[in-house]
Amino acid sequence: MSDQGNYRPLNYFQLMEVSLRELLVEKGILTDEQVNAAVEDMRARTPERGAKVVARAWVDDGFKKRLLENGTRACEELGLDVPALKLLAVENTAEVHNAIVCTLCSCYPRMLLGIPPEWYKSRNYRSRMVREPRAVLAEFGLRIPEQMQIRVHDSTADMRYIVLPRRPAGTEGWSEERLAALVNRDCMIGVAVPKGPSD
Amino acid sequence: MVEAKFKPGERVKVMKAYPLGHVRTPYYIRGCTGTVERICGAFPNPEELAQMRDGLPALPLYRVRFRQKDVWPDYAGNGEDVLEVEIFQHWLESA
Repeated sequence: MSDQGNYRPLNYFQLMEVSLRELLVEKGILTDEQVNAAVEDMRARTPERGAKVVARAWVDDGFKKRLLENGTRACEELGLDVPALKLLAVENTAEVHNAIVCTLCSCYPRMLLGIPPEWYKSRNYRSRMVREPRAVLAEFGLRIPEQMQIRVHDSTADMRYIVLPRRPAGTEGWSEERLAALVNRDCMIGVAVPKGPSD
Repeated sequence: MVEAKFKPGERVKVMKAYPLGHVRTPYYIRGCTGTVERICGAFPNPEELAQMRDGLPALPLYRVRFRQKDVWPDYAGNGEDVLEVEIFQHWLESA
């Protein structure tokens, strides 16, 4: 599978992964097909899942209420299975902006957003987001007005977080599908906000 | 399952301790005082899980809200800005 034209020796962790995988297959604990299926399953999870949840919350107040009360159960309503994930949705309002970080490692709501971006796992983001969130958000191009409160959520243990952004102005009467297209990964981490037709 | 000692709204202080091992209480928050925002439920103790033990009885896990200015005295920004961190009960005491 590797591209011979781009050969580089395996690093320590790559070598460990190959060794462990080959041993598990050799001993009959897993098959190659199972490993591939798990990788494909991980790749299939994309932020579109999260966007679907956000769009539903924008058009359905009852759903929004249930989402804020129990994120995991609300996702099940949409047929999104979020195993091993206690989901907390945190809502942006006119007064509060939420953002998510994991200072200890890279805890991330993978079932809804897929694989985290590199910067989410960087020491820079992890250490500075809890210390100077306004400066970090400004580097993402997001300037939060001074009078607004910023709530930074450090996912240190068993909960996973998703930001429920504010619905942009000028989107009245839009379908869920059209609304979902406004919501990208960064909006649900809280380092961006969705842009409406008038932005 | 261990019973929850603190209620939402209560003031709590994170213990300033430095045990070895797999600890899910970040360094920067140890010794800080905040307010219980919610009880997340009870979960096996990660410090025990990391030692291949079952981590039971499950311990109450809290979301604690801290004022940024209480965590970082030189914090630049709105005095109402907050930080929320998940902390297990055995790391908390009444404040």
